[in-house]
Amino acid sequence: MVVYFISLLSGVLFSVGLIISEMVNPAKVIGFLDVFGEWDYSLVFVMLGAISVNFVVFKFVKKEKPIFNGVFHLPTRNDIDWRLLTGSVLFGVGWGMAGICPGPAIVNLASMNSDMLLFFVSMISGMIIYKYLNRFIKE
Amino acid sequence: MNNILAPLLGGIIIGTASSLLLIGVGRISGISSILAQTISRPVKEDFWKYFFLLGLVVGSILFLIISPKDYEVALDLSKTEIILGGFLVGLGTRLGSGCTSGHGVCGISRLSRRSILATLIFISTGVLTVALKGVL
Repeated sequence: MVVYFISLLSGVLFSVGLIISEMVNPAKVIGFLDVFGEWDYSLVFVMLGAISVNFVVFKFVKKEKPIFNGVFHLPTRNDIDWRLLTGSVLFGVGWGMAGICPGPAIVNLASMNSDMLLFFVSMISGMIIYKYLNRFIKE
Repeated sequence: MNNILAPLLGGIIIGTASSLLLIGVGRISGISSILAQTISRPVKEDFWKYFFLLGLVVGSILFLIISPKDYEVALDLSKTEIILGGFLVGLGTRLGSGCTSGHGVCGISRLSRRSILATLIFISTGVLTVALKGVL
């Protein structure tokens, strides 16, 4: 139960952080990516703020297990493969086109903006298509 | 100063949210992965993901109620950009196993070379895409 509450709280905080930093505003994100035009460097500070906190906590909080749960579920992969490279390129193109990434896409659902809903549905479609493409590739 | 303080504060709050999830629940706040896994058949140990995603929406609803003026979403895009962009974000984050929250915020903090590389790639590709948009 507590696990669910902490997860909910984490989500709420994450959302607040995204809104305060204006990362939910596609214009802001595209401004950051507009390095060759009118560069808005704000996103650099969002990443700096987030990574600083995470780096310290991830590194120095040494616990055998999470406070409210059984084990840490951390990514274990260390290899660079074509999926990582290609996926990142595709994500980058999509992100550059619309200025929206998954977090803001979900957060902005509350705005009931029809363009945001359209983006969200398109994103989910992409995820579902991947699932089937992946199965196809593996065979 | 406006362009530094709010982003920095927002970033610190994001980092706090991320750290809370890790220390409290032992999970990485990689939003694309969390979302993608909820559209598959859910298992009991995946239920926390629904609460995290719910939290993302609850946060924005609260903001809309308390301080709507500080929540601005400016979309000046064609339907093509929205649909194609969304589709590529969905496909790309699944193929690449992460997005700005997973690779960018969590992965880099863990000094994961996969995440550092992924982040460098999607940021540069994003920059190139915006540059091309300006020219085409």
